[in-house]
Formats: sequence, C-alpha cells, structure tokens
Amino acid sequence: MNFREYLKNNIVYLDGGMGTLLQAQGLRPGEHPERWNLSHSDVITSIHKSYFDAGSNIVCTNTFGANILKFSEDELEEIIKAAVANANRARALSVQKGEKFIALDIGPSGKLLKPLGDLDFEDAVNVFAKTVKLGVKYGVDLIIIETMNDSYETKAALLAAKENSNLPVIVSNAYGEEGKLMTGATPAAMVALLEGMGVDALGANCSLGPKQLRPVAEELLTYASVPVILKPNAGLPKSVDGKTIFDVTADEFSDEVDELIKQGVRVVGGCCGTTPEYIKALYQKTCDFAPVPTHNKNITTVSSYTHAVEFGEKPILIGERINPTGKKRFKQALLDNDMDYILSEGVNQQEKGVDILDVNVGLPDIDEVEMLKNAVCELQSVTDLPLQIDTADVTAMEAALRRYNGKAMINSVNGKRESMETVFPMVKKYGGVVVALTLDEDGIPETAEGRVKIAEKILDTAAKYGIERKDIIFDTLAMTISSDNKAALATLSSLKTIKNKLGCHTSLGVSNISFGLPNRDAVNGTFFALALENGLSAAIMNPYSADMMKTYYTYKALKGMDENCAEYICAADLFTVTAPATTAETKKSAEEFSSELQRAVIKGFKEKAAELTKSILLSVDPLEIVNNEIIPALNTVGKGFEEKTVYLPQLLMSAEAAKSAFEVIKSFMAGGEKSADKGTFVIATVYGDIHDIGKNIVKLLLENYGFNVVDLGKDVPPEQIVQKVVELHAPLAGLSALMTTTVPAMEETIKQLKAKAPWCKTVVGGAVLTQEYADKIGADKYAKDAMEAVRYAENIIGGGKV
Amino acid sequence: MNSVILNKTFTEPPFCEKEILRYAGCKEADGEITALLKSCINEIKTELTYRVCYRLFDVKIRDDICDFGAFTLRSKDLSFDLSGCKSAILFAATVGVGIDRLIAKYGRISPSKALMFQAIGAERIEALCDAFCADISKEYNIGTKPRFSPGYGDLPLAAQKDMFAVLSPEKQIGLTLTDSLLMSPSKSVTAIVGLGGKKENTITNKCAFCDNKDCTFRGV
Repeated sequence: MNFREYLKNNIVYLDGGMGTLLQAQGLRPGEHPERWNLSHSDVITSIHKSYFDAGSNIVCTNTFGANILKFSEDELEEIIKAAVANANRARALSVQKGEKFIALDIGPSGKLLKPLGDLDFEDAVNVFAKTVKLGVKYGVDLIIIETMNDSYETKAALLAAKENSNLPVIVSNAYGEEGKLMTGATPAAMVALLEGMGVDALGANCSLGPKQLRPVAEELLTYASVPVILKPNAGLPKSVDGKTIFDVTADEFSDEVDELIKQGVRVVGGCCGTTPEYIKALYQKTCDFAPVPTHNKNITTVSSYTHAVEFGEKPILIGERINPTGKKRFKQALLDNDMDYILSEGVNQQEKGVDILDVNVGLPDIDEVEMLKNAVCELQSVTDLPLQIDTADVTAMEAALRRYNGKAMINSVNGKRESMETVFPMVKKYGGVVVALTLDEDGIPETAEGRVKIAEKILDTAAKYGIERKDIIFDTLAMTISSDNKAALATLSSLKTIKNKLGCHTSLGVSNISFGLPNRDAVNGTFFALALENGLSAAIMNPYSADMMKTYYTYKALKGMDENCAEYICAADLFTVTAPATTAETKKSAEEFSSELQRAVIKGFKEKAAELTKSILLSVDPLEIVNNEIIPALNTVGKGFEEKTVYLPQLLMSAEAAKSAFEVIKSFMAGGEKSADKGTFVIATVYGDIHDIGKNIVKLLLENYGFNVVDLGKDVPPEQIVQKVVELHAPLAGLSALMTTTVPAMEETIKQLKAKAPWCKTVVGGAVLTQEYADKIGADKYAKDAMEAVRYAENIIGGGKV
Repeated sequence: MNSVILNKTFTEPPFCEKEILRYAGCKEADGEITALLKSCINEIKTELTYRVCYRLFDVKIRDDICDFGAFTLRSKDLSFDLSGCKSAILFAATVGVGIDRLIAKYGRISPSKALMFQAIGAERIEALCDAFCADISKEYNIGTKPRFSPGYGDLPLAAQKDMFAVLSPEKQIGLTLTDSLLMSPSKSVTAIVGLGGKKENTITNKCAFCDNKDCTFRGV
C-alpha cells in the first residue's frame, strides 16, 4: 500500500529518538551523526530495525542535518545513499508485520533566513532541493520535514520538496513553551501556510514533552483538515551522575500520547530521549484504537509569520493605503524607491486597527516585479499583519507569493478564462486566499443573478485546480451610484446570495460606491454598514476615514461582537467630531508658530512638529520654513550633541521630529517642483553584516540636512555599492561595519570604489572601527558618530566638488 | 566524558534602567527620554524569551591551550581565566528574535526607538547571563569564573564555530551563526565559565583584555 492510502484510515506510528541513542554508542560532542550512516552503518541499521520491530510504520533516515551547508555535494550523496540503504536493510530484517515506510528526514539548515539571518530564501530552497533530489534518487517513500522552528524556512523546505518530487510530504514544527515557533508563528498560522501548500500531514515535534505539547496539538486539531502529527520529547533531559536521564518514562509518555490519539492525533512517534521502548509501549496501548477520521474544517484563513486571520466571526478590515492610485506623494515615493515611506503607510494602518494590508505598487514607469517583491519582503520586516498581494501583473504576483512568509491574500482573479488559467495554478502551488471578482469576458453583469452565476463558474473551475471554496472570497464589485442609482442594490443583493446560497466569504472595495460624489466618506460609511448587514466578510478600505471606522466599531457593538462595548469605548474618541480650532489658537501669528516649531524639533515632538508645519505652510514659503526654522533647530541640537550636552537618543528624537516636518513639506510639494538636494550620498552596511541601526541613524541625519541618501540596505556586496556609486556619480559613500569579521568586506569595497569611482569619497563608521582601522583600509574619513558624518559631507560638498 | 546538552528557561530578570541608558549613550535622562524608555520596555516585555543551553566539559590547561576533550582552544587569556579549573560550562544564551524584529522595524521608522531597543537588548542578554551564572554556581555548589566569550582578548571570534558545534544552539534555543560569525538573534551570547579555579586569576575588569582603547564603554 502506498503511504497516502495508508494514512487515510490508520493511525501511523513514527520512530523515536536517534541522537541520544547514538551518543550512548559513542558519538562525540560536535561530531556529525549523519556520517555514522557510513562509518557505523550496523549501529544505524540496528536502531532502525528496533523501531520497526517496536511497531513503527515509518522510520526516518539518519539525515537530519544532511545538507550542502554542512557537507560537500559528493559526501552528501554518499551519506544519503547510505542512510536510505540502512533504513532499507532494517525494513528487510524486521519481523514486524505492519506497513513499513522510509521517510527522508529533513531538519533545519542551521541558518536563519533573511532578513533576520543571512540565508536568502531562494538559497534555502536550493539547499533543501539538493537533499530532496538525492532522497528521491535513492528511493524513499515519503519526505518528513521536522523540528523546524521558523515558518519561512519551513516554507522553503516544503517548496523544495514539492518542486523536486511527487512524494507525500509531512511537516512537523518545533513549538516552544509559549506555544509558538521561535520566530513567532502560532499553530493556526502554520496550518494555514502548510495546508495552503498541500502537505499530507502536519504537526509538532521536539522541544517539549507530551504534556507540554498538548495545547499545541489541540490547536492544530482545531484548525487542520489533514492528519495531525505529534512526536514529543521524553520530557526534559537531566544529567544524573554524568548520565542523561529524560524525565518522562515510556509508560507516562504513552499514556499522554494515548489521550491525544483519542482526541484525533493520527501520526505519532517520539523525539529526543525516546527509544524503541517508548514506541513499543505506545504501540501496544493504542494499536487497536479506531483512528479519528479527519474532516474538512472549512475555515477561511490567511496568515503572516506570526498569526492567522480567520474570516467569518467578525468583519475583517483590509487597509487600502499602500496603493498609488490618486496619491501624488505615494507615486513619488515609488519613483524615488522611497521604501521607508511605503513602510510607514503599513505601520500607520496597523496602528489604526486593520487586520490585513493590501499591497499595490503598480506604476507604469517602474519595474513592478522587483518593486512588489521587495515591498512584500520589506513590509514583512516591519509589520506582522498578513498581506493582500494586489497586482494585475502575474509575474509580479508569483514573485511576491513565492517570497511571502505565510499564506497570503491574493487580489485578484475573475471569471475570465485567461485570468483563472494564470492565477489558479499559483494559488494551488503557493497557497492563498484569492479574491474573485464577479465579472468575465462579457463584463460586469448588472443583475445579482448574473454575478452569482459567474461566482459559480469560478468555484467550478477552481475545484478543477484542486482549490477549495474556502480559499475563494468573492468581490461582487461596488460600482458608483452617481452613474446608476441601482448600483448598490445589485452589489448588496449578490453579496447576500453568495453568502447564503454558495456559503462563501465576500470582500468589497467599499469606496468605489461613492465615486464622483461630494463628501464620499459619508456615503462609504453607510454603504459599509449595509454591506455588513448583507453578509460582507471583509472590506478593502481607508482606515483613516472616521466614517468607515465609526461604522466598523458601532456595527460590532450593535451585533454583539464587542463584549461590554469595550472596543467601541476605546475607539469612540477617534471619531468624535472635533470643534474647529479655538479662536485663541487661530489668532496666533506665523512667527509664533515658527518659534514653536523650532522648539518642537529641538524637544523631539514628532506630531507637534508636523501639525505646526501644516499651519505655517498656509502662509509661509516651504523653503523659508526649512531654512529659517527646521535647519536652525537641527543645528542647535547637533551642536549640543558635539558639545556633549545633548545625548544620542535626544539627537535622534529631534531628528525624527524634523523628519516629520519635512514629510509635511514633501506632501505639500509632491508632484510639483522638487527641492534641490545638496548631493547624493550612497550608504550601506557592508557585505556579511546584518545589523544596520548605525547606518539608519546616519541616514536620518543626512536626509534632514538635505542630502539625497540612497540606502542600499545591509549585507551589501561590494560590486553592488560600486555599481550604484558609478550609476549616480555619487560624490560620497558611507559604509558601516559592526564586527572585525566584516571589516575585510569594507576594505574590499573601498578598494573597488577607488578603482572604479575615484571621485567618490568614502566615510566609514561602526562599532569596531577606529581611526587606525580606517586608515589601514584606505577610507577617506572615519566618522566616530553620525554628526561627524554630516559635517564631513557638508565639507566635501561645500568644497565645490558637486 | 560524554556530557549532555541541557536547557534552562529563566523568568524575566529585573530591568536596570540606568544600565540601558548607559548603552544608549545617555548619561542623564530627561522626561522625554524616560518616557521613551518606559514605552519601549512595555512594547518588548512580552516578546522576550530567556533561554540558555549549556554543556559541562572537563578542561585541561597546558600553557596557552585549553583542552575540552572534544576540541581545544588556543588562548593565553582564556587559559589564565580557566587556570585551576577542572571543568567548565560552555553555554549559549539568547533573549530571542522579537527584539531584532523591533530594532529592524524602528530602524526604518524611528531610529530613536531602535536605539533604545538596541540598548534594552544589550542589558537583557547581560542580565540573562548573570542569572544563568549565578544559577550554575548554586547548582554545582562551586564558585564560577567570569564568563569568557569568543572575541575576548586573544580568543579569536572563530572559536564560535567550536562553541556551536558542541552546543547545537540552532536546535536547542534557535540561535544561529552567520557566515561572518555574527549571531542571529543578535541579542545572544556564547561563553565559557570555569568552575572553581584560582581566585587570584579572576578577571575583575574585562576591559583590561580589550585592545579598543577608544571604546565609549571602556571601564578604565
């Protein structure tokens, strides 16, 4: 019988621990256990055989750390070949009568993926792909990806398994005491990610004993539609008289797991500290249990690297602000590759309370594929909200989905044949909840019946691709009532039918309803309430709109979704209409505001600095505000810092206040004339270095002083820095390094800059650098702090070199 | 001796605000700075984990070679630190990835907060190491030498590779090493702690081992 068949109607027994047994046989600290497949094949075979004899249906090959980061390609092949042969030999020798399968065991790479670590996602996929291909070559029955403590690495491994084999894949993660992965994902989030990509079973192993893993197992059982795996440790290791003792006995272990099998766990085994004795005890206690059948949970969820967002109980808000349509400032940010602006739009919307962020960065003049991929990755480094990938460019969609850490929302597919043919295969491969627009080759039907018919066609076609109804959310298309006064009715009526007859969730771009009307927010807010009452599950909306938020909070309070009206009470102040500014305030002269602005910048009051700038802009020229107010304030603080009367945190708070004032000015001038900058300063943290706080501080200050800062980020190869400097003919390059191990990369960068961009001056800084070091590696300037970098830049540019 | 890798999880050690401000480059704090510090502590509190994995090794010192059985390290300064010790604990500690996420986030949108989180992280990991060493001293009922990390004195940073090979902190506590020998999560420490040993060889000032005479944090 093949594994998938067997899994359908049986409790499946995995094996137990390997490492602790090998240690008892003499594996030394630091020695790679995978090499024992070759050097001690009898020991490995005999352990595998003991597990088969004890009742295991699956033995995992001794290949936990077998990857090309640890072994050469040749050795890796030898190891995997021997590992599979050992398991096969054990299978042939075992007298146990049950089904016996061999799983290629894949553990973590030992590296953390970018942006937290230094392993690129695609490189991780390649590392796992090598191991998978060898497992397939030597004939395993299935693949087990286990002990993964990071959702992103889990995704890389699963993608490698899916792209390089047709074997069944089961995935088990290592959850900590808090019930989450080390990088933050909850069991529900992992179910969303893994089921989206089509695993055969999923679960938890290692870290903890069976008792401590119970809450994790229960959460997995609540959400998972596929069989759940549980492979706990024999409790915690203790050292008693130099011997390792695990604190849960075989008897206690099997009792605990026994209970969880009754609750529905279907694939069981042991991890660290468990032995064939544990598996035998477990097998004997539970082998005559009837397996609890799995069933489709029919829960619609999307996820990020930390949590899942579930559709159904409460309305879901999808923030629409990351989108250039009709926004001059946003367009400018895209053209300037000003990622920080885009990121702050994400963070601000999260603070307003949205559940998901829509990400649309399409603009005719930019490379949308690169931009969308980068925006998704960068947003995932500043916000833990799930993202909705919003693009009409299928190449961009695939690039973003592939890199996305979690199960994304996808915007959108529609009833056109071509749309479904391109989008559905991606949904199937990477997972996702896709927004389906009820339109097709013939346009948008005017009637609700017409739209529902298209919805049915979309569901049928999706099913052919193996995509379930729960992963489709219908957008019945809000059209403006200014051109057709029955438009809202058709939208609402189709919402209701799709919700009640088709049992599917819905989403709407709410604000389209009011296009062409004055005071659109008023219409939007009321339409949102009507849509919710007709069964709307999610809205793509503007969270800065008081009318929309008012509807959201009051609707929840009125419908019994907000216990004690707590959320409403908390939010009520936000949409209380504020009276116009008092007469005393309005009577203030521009001069009074100005001195207040200077003070706000000096004291580091961000919001106040922005508000004051807005007021002054009504009567004063933007450049005058910069030159007469903001720059003098910055100078006061900068001087104080150099004289050691102002400390670094104060310098930064003041710089941020200045930045918020500049942001107001930028928005005011967006689309119009660009203010002249002093010159271009290319800045980067050097190759191999993944910390960039120092570089970010320098960047903030330089920008405030009017430099055009091109930030290449962290871990940047020398070639990339040189290329940018040459391309922009930049007069200045700033390099940062934290560790002695990355100073050589800095030296190499300077060497290449001197050769290919001799006009460019280099400024270096960072924790390990000293004047001596800087001289040694040929830097033009060592800046001991950010202010010194600013002063140097002003000198160079003041010297007429630009 | 074939010892086993053990794990400990600690509860939150008390925060030392003065120490955090020192790491942030702030000799005295006004109202705004104090408010910033407090809000940062509140934001990070629930994101921190305090995890350590460790392993006991016998140690033999011959001149400047420290022999741990499974591997050796060459360092005069470490030999001095461990002289007289028959055994040592090697450990890896981390306060987790949450603080790196906040540093990265605020590095993009509010560097003053990023700086504060950076300082909090530095104070937290030191506090965790102190708590761990105190715990070990109590558990083994023996005095401990000051902890000694790769990169201190003449012990090269490359010793990180040996530390990682014998502690497997990737699997134990989710701590990884980059190709350039940086640890990720960044607020982490690996170190060697001698058990027992000669009192007179105790390093009282760890800055004395360091060549960076310009360091802002230099104690002497």
